[in-house]
Amino acid sequence: MWEFIQDEILGMKRLSSLIGRLLTAVGIDVNTRIGGSVQFFLYDVIKITVLLCVLIFLISNIQSFFPPERSRKIMGRFHGIGANIVGALLGTVTPFCSCSSIPIFMGFTSAGLPLGVTFSFLISSPMVDLGSLVLLMSIFGLKIAIAYVILGLIIAVIGGTLIEKLHMEDQIADFIRNSNSSVNIEAPDLTVKDRLIYARDQVTSTFKKVFPYILIGVGIGALIHNWIPESWIQTILGSSNPFGVILATIIGVPMYADIFGTIPVAEALLAKGALLGTILSFMMAVTTLSLPSLIMLKKAIKPKLLGTFIAICMVGIIIVGYGFNVFQNLLI
Amino acid sequence: MNIKVLGGGCKSCEALLRSAKEAVANKGIDAEIEYITDMEKIMNFGVMSMPALMVDDKTVSAGKVLKAKEVEKFLR
Repeated sequence: MWEFIQDEILGMKRLSSLIGRLLTAVGIDVNTRIGGSVQFFLYDVIKITVLLCVLIFLISNIQSFFPPERSRKIMGRFHGIGANIVGALLGTVTPFCSCSSIPIFMGFTSAGLPLGVTFSFLISSPMVDLGSLVLLMSIFGLKIAIAYVILGLIIAVIGGTLIEKLHMEDQIADFIRNSNSSVNIEAPDLTVKDRLIYARDQVTSTFKKVFPYILIGVGIGALIHNWIPESWIQTILGSSNPFGVILATIIGVPMYADIFGTIPVAEALLAKGALLGTILSFMMAVTTLSLPSLIMLKKAIKPKLLGTFIAICMVGIIIVGYGFNVFQNLLI
Repeated sequence: MNIKVLGGGCKSCEALLRSAKEAVANKGIDAEIEYITDMEKIMNFGVMSMPALMVDDKTVSAGKVLKAKEVEKFLR
């Protein structure tokens, strides 16, 4: 039963062979390089688009129950490491666009939430979201998807706890620390209809925003899939390069892409013999840290804390990468 | 009437600003529209989700890009 879901619903195996047959029918041989690239491209674009629309719709429904105002309240009820865990979990379901990260940071801080809890939230939010869980399942299978999510949450919890222990409260931008605003706005009550409309709007706006990234991502994936020699990828990202994980992380950090755009690249690299951990490090690095988000964050925290935040994320991602490489055989 | 659009200057905030302008034009009312991107000011309004819309210093919407039609509902 699970295999059926894995292959046919999440993996859409039949779609791939259907596209293959259609291409053959119009005279394109899918066994050639160009034909193979075209097949990979069409299959992946359709698959990811369908998954994206369905997923965003379902996820937005869940997310509509957790506006930042409510998440803040929930987190306020927990203490110690429990608060970090709740923060990391809520980070995965609280919706916000990147330009809200500062208002959220400020809102949490001024409400008296510990700095570490806020950071657990901020780390897990881009790295682990519900969409990535299902997409990962579709491409890498259940075990890897769950392992990815759990490790992502662990990085968020440990990262937040470390920042807490370092007592960097003085590293928050002065205007936030000095503010005494404690305006509490209640999140509005939504009806089922409101939630469905919200979910529909999310699908359209996310689709418009993410679609170019999917095309680019799948395009790069198709290139890797059919044109780049396997030996290159194995040398750089495979088991013969002990620094593959570090390299993948460093390249991934400044890049800005959605998880929906990075997955096709990851999929193609894996098929070409790159190590799983190396690929996952790359994906985590791309989604968690990016130049635009760091520039945003720089307005709210001072350089020392920003540096610590980046360092903790990178070290965490690198450790996860090597971990996955060691245990790869158990998961695939 | 005073309308404030709060946001960090990202695409969705600008989309809301456009909707607000459109709504005011459609209604043909006399309203002043402010676009606030200064985080210090935004924080004092206590709003956490961007983009947000305030009408006469009352937050009417947060974390949503409203269409012009939806903004019009708040302009009474």
